[in-house]
Amino acid sequence: MIKKVMSPLRIIAILAMVAVVAFAVPAQSKNLKIGFSMALTGPLAGAGKAALIAMQIWKDDINKKGGLLGRKVDFVFYDDATSPSKVPGIYSKLLNVDKVDLVVSSYGTNEISPAMPIIMRKGLVFMSLFGLAVNDKFNYDRYFQIMPAGPIPKDDWSRGFFNLAMAQSPKPKSIALLAEDADFALSAVAGARRHAKRLGMKIVYDKTFPFGSPDVTSVMRAIKAANADLVYVGSYPGGSVGLVKAANELGLKAKMFGGGMVGLQFAGIQKNLGPMLNGIVNYDFWVPEPTLNFPGVKEFLKKYQAGAKGKGVDPFGHYLPPYAYAYLQVLGDAVTAVGSLDQKKIAAYIHKTTFTTVVGPVKFAKNGEWAKTRTLQVQFRDVKANNIGQFNKPGKRIVLYPSSVKSGSIKYPYKQ
Amino acid sequence: MKIDKFWLSVLVILIAGFAFTKLADNEFYFFTTYVVLQGLIMAVAWNILGGFTGYVNFGSAGFFAVGVYTTVALNKAFGLPLPVLLLAAGVICGLLGLAAGYLTLRLKGVYFAIATLATALVLETIVNNWKFVGGAAGTYVLQPKGSFIFDNYIELLFMLMLVLAVAATAISRYLSSSRIGQGLAAIRDDEVAAECMGVPTLRLKLISTTAMGALMGIAGAPFPFFVTFVDPVSAFALVIAVNAIAMPMIGGTAVWYGPVIGALLLGAIQETATVTISSELNLLIVGVMLVLFITLAPKGIVGLIQDYKKKKGANNG
Amino acid sequence: MITLELFLNAVVAGLMLGGFYAAVALGLSITFGQLDIVNIAHPTFVILGSFVAYILNQNFGIDPVLIGVVFMPVFYLIGTTLYRVYYVSFERTGQESLSGLAFFFGLMFIIEVVLILTFGVDYRLVNAAYIGKTLHIGFLDMPFRMLVPAIAATIMTGAVVLYMTKTFMGKAIMAVSQDRLALQLMGADPIKVKRIALGIAIATASLAGALLIIIQPVEPSVGRLYIGRIFAIVVLGGMGSISGTFVAAILIGVVESFIATFYGPSWAPAVGFGILLLTLAIRPQGIFGRA
Repeated sequence: MIKKVMSPLRIIAILAMVAVVAFAVPAQSKNLKIGFSMALTGPLAGAGKAALIAMQIWKDDINKKGGLLGRKVDFVFYDDATSPSKVPGIYSKLLNVDKVDLVVSSYGTNEISPAMPIIMRKGLVFMSLFGLAVNDKFNYDRYFQIMPAGPIPKDDWSRGFFNLAMAQSPKPKSIALLAEDADFALSAVAGARRHAKRLGMKIVYDKTFPFGSPDVTSVMRAIKAANADLVYVGSYPGGSVGLVKAANELGLKAKMFGGGMVGLQFAGIQKNLGPMLNGIVNYDFWVPEPTLNFPGVKEFLKKYQAGAKGKGVDPFGHYLPPYAYAYLQVLGDAVTAVGSLDQKKIAAYIHKTTFTTVVGPVKFAKNGEWAKTRTLQVQFRDVKANNIGQFNKPGKRIVLYPSSVKSGSIKYPYKQ
Repeated sequence: MKIDKFWLSVLVILIAGFAFTKLADNEFYFFTTYVVLQGLIMAVAWNILGGFTGYVNFGSAGFFAVGVYTTVALNKAFGLPLPVLLLAAGVICGLLGLAAGYLTLRLKGVYFAIATLATALVLETIVNNWKFVGGAAGTYVLQPKGSFIFDNYIELLFMLMLVLAVAATAISRYLSSSRIGQGLAAIRDDEVAAECMGVPTLRLKLISTTAMGALMGIAGAPFPFFVTFVDPVSAFALVIAVNAIAMPMIGGTAVWYGPVIGALLLGAIQETATVTISSELNLLIVGVMLVLFITLAPKGIVGLIQDYKKKKGANNG
Repeated sequence: MITLELFLNAVVAGLMLGGFYAAVALGLSITFGQLDIVNIAHPTFVILGSFVAYILNQNFGIDPVLIGVVFMPVFYLIGTTLYRVYYVSFERTGQESLSGLAFFFGLMFIIEVVLILTFGVDYRLVNAAYIGKTLHIGFLDMPFRMLVPAIAATIMTGAVVLYMTKTFMGKAIMAVSQDRLALQLMGADPIKVKRIALGIAIATASLAGALLIIIQPVEPSVGRLYIGRIFAIVVLGGMGSISGTFVAAILIGVVESFIATFYGPSWAPAVGFGILLLTLAIRPQGIFGRA
């Protein structure tokens, strides 16, 4: 009897010990180690993999220049599988087992936030990649976010769209709001709702639709029936494609259509939608217009496009990759300027400095967001069918906002 | 004698766990062990219904998420302490399990499986539209200040999970070895026959679904404090449901310690894979292991060991 | 604000969407309803069909529907092979219910991960002349992107119904789960019958996948979103009644379209599954099943 009970317990004990031993193998080297978790599988892997390519380009560039503080830079990174519950474990491994010198974030709000408590306890500088208003809750003064949303991220996001709309005459009076049910899209539309109310617009449609709905034609039909001057949409790639197609199929007659549609920034989707995109005004972060030709960005994209071949990621790397390069650029510049890994000094330096990066001059506000929004509003123009190369050249996505990088004026209304 | 050994082990595990929080200064162990233990509770809970009675629950993630969102809602509304939140999650999910069981357990096994899947999807849609807990946009849940007698909050969460995992295992063991367990096994083997012999099948099944629901809810309750940002996608993650099925199937579903072995093995492999090979292979491992075990060793690791022992016994004798 | 125009358009949109759902649910209706095989991996085979359509469409510009039809025999072979494995591992040993379920669960993951390893997680789309164009009849708008899949799905369902009712093997498949004795009297080998049935079921996934990628962009894990929906349809349709499945698919499509048009689209999925749960609680044999 005793034997029979002992055996399962013994197996369990052995397994537990094996697990502990398996984790306890620290990696040692004299190189300077930057640790991060990245979404290399799961829903956000497309972005995560592209970011990693960009980050590795930075690593090669900096090592060619002799590294940081005279030490060769190494990456230690793990796949968080776009699963927030993996993130705390990964960062604790990076800090306690791998003993990395610096950390940066994974991609996206859900994968950044779970790392915050650990990072804050250790007092590390935390460069983050495309988190939406993560620091609103944590108020951590060593957090810096590279996406150019602006100091009030949720509102600055759609500010350009409304500035453009209100500059038209006659001024638009009504708006339809639509959001896909997940964090970013809802936040973007919530900002748009506040703008619409502030400007006294009539909100004639305000709904959300489930993430990954197969058919959004019915939704677009209801929006068309609401007959609004402006249609502001927050959506993810699947939904964005469906909505653009449905808008064309049903003949949506809004004066401006677009806003916060994720997916329209990616070459593969642009190619498929082709001329259906014409006239849409949507957010973006980097497009190949002459006004955004910052020093180094062309060279970077050349390397990226070579590295992206056959990896199943966006072939041009416009939207995200330059920022994945830039957030390491900021960190690297700060470490070099401070001359040590003193996290307090690095944070203080980042706060007070305007950095020159491949995405242009970067200055951070007190809360770690960009001091001034540079969320672009771009309008698709003269897009031809079935031609992917056209999107790597200027003239297809005209920058309308902000004025500092404007490359053309709006065509209004969107469709007659 | 039998009981003593088990409870002695429990005591040793708990003391060792507590000593670990005081001796080890490497937080990484607590984080990874937390994830493994969470999987363990889910696997043990799933097995109380799936393994003991043969009714497959596809909606484990739904129960887990209700536990998660119980914490989110009550923490936001009243700022209740963690033990109360655990209790509330257990009660709510237990009732949910009871209701789901009452509505669907009269159905044939496959219908029940689909009903659990549908329940999880309905719950996800409700949470998506429930603005108070953040809706589909998700919400932040900050860790409370202070960590009882521990150095930091993750040690507290680790110890809590350890206690819960041991408790879940003890409950599962009790259910399988008591008269209830014999009744459950009778249902699994032949439900009609069991009913004819006077086994109160419906009541036993309801006990199982309630216990399963409550344990899954409790497994989810501390989760918001662990990740600090909760949204429906992570709370209802498919991988939670998959692991809850795969761990018992790999360990062995017929006995109480099967899911424990499966959870420790699969959990350790997954956590190791996360920090070593880091790729899609992680998910592939689960799939391949599951298919291999089901086709080649349908009784899981426990079955393999039993067969091996039998063979050895036969050779010796 | 409900106008007649909007109302009728919502009906038509629902009919088209439901027609497409029928294509995805058809295979499951055969496996789950008639063979008692809980093939939870069916949507993943559909995604496999989508990727086949994607590769050939992008490289050779072939029409996706044509690709879907041409590849049916290949998928048929996958299905029959799958049945051999399933039979040897589970049915022969009498462990099909629990183990079989978990087997397909694992299979789903393997296919998905292999697709991710090969193609990455980018959204994939196809090109066809009719995508983006609309058929206008009076005030009814019918995007070809929805109309073509709906018509193709209806033809496929009709073909399967004809096969099941008119041919010897079809009748044998219908009998395999309901009446073993009748099957033996007919002189049909149940294993062979089931093998062919699973082959047909998987073959439908080839076309369904091609239709899916016409309607929406596809990445390897999109299939998961369909698991709940198609099980709901099959159960509503009365488990294994092919025409019942078709009607149930149309019903779910129309309900979803109505909710999306007139109420909040965010509630659409809950309504479908809500109907399913109610059906299970009140009338487990489905709306169209025999009592």
